[in-house]
Amino acid sequence: MKNLVILGAGTSGTMMANHLVSKLPKKEWQITIVDQYKTHYYQPGFLFLPFDIYTTKQVKKNGKKFIPKAVDYIQEKIELILPEDNTIILESGKNVPYDILIIATGTKIAPDEIEGMDGPEWYKSIFDFYTYEGAKALRDKLREWKGGKLVVHISEMPIKCPVAPLEFAFLADSYFKHKGMRDKVDITFVTPLGGAFTKPKATKALHYLLEEKGIKEVTDFAIERVDYENKKIIDYADTEVEYDLLVTVPTNMGDALIERSGMGDDLNYVPTNKATLQSLDHQNIFAIGDATNLPASKAGSVAHFEAEILTDNILRFIKGEELKEEFDGHANCFIETGNGKALLIDFNYTHEPVEGTFPFPGVGPLNLLKESRTNHMGKMAFRWVYWNMLIKGIHIPFVSATMSTKGKHLEEVE
Amino acid sequence: MRKIISQTEIEVNEEGYLTNFSQWTEEICECIADEQGICMTERHWEVIKYIQEKHNNDEPLSIRGIKKSGVIDIKEFYSLFPGGPLKKATMIAGIPKPKSCI
Repeated sequence: MKNLVILGAGTSGTMMANHLVSKLPKKEWQITIVDQYKTHYYQPGFLFLPFDIYTTKQVKKNGKKFIPKAVDYIQEKIELILPEDNTIILESGKNVPYDILIIATGTKIAPDEIEGMDGPEWYKSIFDFYTYEGAKALRDKLREWKGGKLVVHISEMPIKCPVAPLEFAFLADSYFKHKGMRDKVDITFVTPLGGAFTKPKATKALHYLLEEKGIKEVTDFAIERVDYENKKIIDYADTEVEYDLLVTVPTNMGDALIERSGMGDDLNYVPTNKATLQSLDHQNIFAIGDATNLPASKAGSVAHFEAEILTDNILRFIKGEELKEEFDGHANCFIETGNGKALLIDFNYTHEPVEGTFPFPGVGPLNLLKESRTNHMGKMAFRWVYWNMLIKGIHIPFVSATMSTKGKHLEEVE
Repeated sequence: MRKIISQTEIEVNEEGYLTNFSQWTEEICECIADEQGICMTERHWEVIKYIQEKHNNDEPLSIRGIKKSGVIDIKEFYSLFPGGPLKKATMIAGIPKPKSCI
């Protein structure tokens, strides 16, 4: 009997367990998945929780429901990966040997990376919305907040779901309008990048949204510290931005397990072949989703496309065949723009998001890079798709793992 | 796009970044720096050499990477290349602007 071990039962790990259980011969392969946490969160919902659009119940379920019965599910903390010995060590000291290892340990916020962020004002006037706890604490704060300077801030790239902070700013605009207090709130979007959107085409096409919503922008802001006593963030060029309520996206880092095992880069991400998803250092170790160092977005859609390709590559690896260099960095993201509208963007390593229709060329029904209500319905419907199709490894019809250029007004980037 | 700098014709993209590193010389480097309002000193050269080396090794450039470089701290990096230090330093070094994903 051979062992395939998956580390992490989040979006990527759960998808891989579901894909592989039907593809690997049960008599030859035992699949094991390890995760210390019992709850599976619908992470895109963390964006909506602070604004009372989703309830806490809508964003979490018992993770066990999504792990196939034939898969051995170990709920325990992982102490160490020993790649030279093809073994992982659990917190209890138990060894789990593997023939193939899939690392799907994701990315986490690390507010302690920035001086003053994780201090006495954490969850008082400084919040994140990338964790369940943060989003919930922020919801409670917003319910009673009387207004003032709201600063929506990104600490450093890369971050999970890079458009989420902007969506947060858009939804905040809508939220305060509906509460009849938009005039009491000053919204500023602060980013280390040169613009609110990171891709030049999208920036050009979408800048009007910021102006339309009266959201101020501070760009190229590389944060040095939070002065929580005087309520301001300060960058290395001594630029200061004052806040009453700071909603920040702290530095994102891969799991500490990767660092302990000596397998990560500066940010604990696993160096991974960007086309095959095989780790660069060990042939029988693969990485997927937010845990990799791929120059692609850290997002569920990316993990979903990777999972289809990684499944094929694992089967090839077992047969001793050459791996397919197929992953193209495909991402497909809805961007909430507030007031019941959303945008959709579809892009990869080499193609920027452009205008067009999706998934049917010329038909849609979804519009690329344009605000519409249909796009918003798509985003809302996606929660159902996530729980019922995506993490169960069911192929989403008409959406291919590699990006399609059909129905798009294209321009190639270098 | 073509651009004449230091009496030499070079290929640049629309933002002014060299598209062909083989055209980079120390004279061109100084002229680009000058256009950015920067007068090259020994320290500037050390940083430029460091980021060129990182680029040649296919290692991504980031503010965090600079912090750990041992060559320069971030405060000094900002004072040497005021404004957007990574954007300016890469332009002067003749390498592409650091990419970040959406």
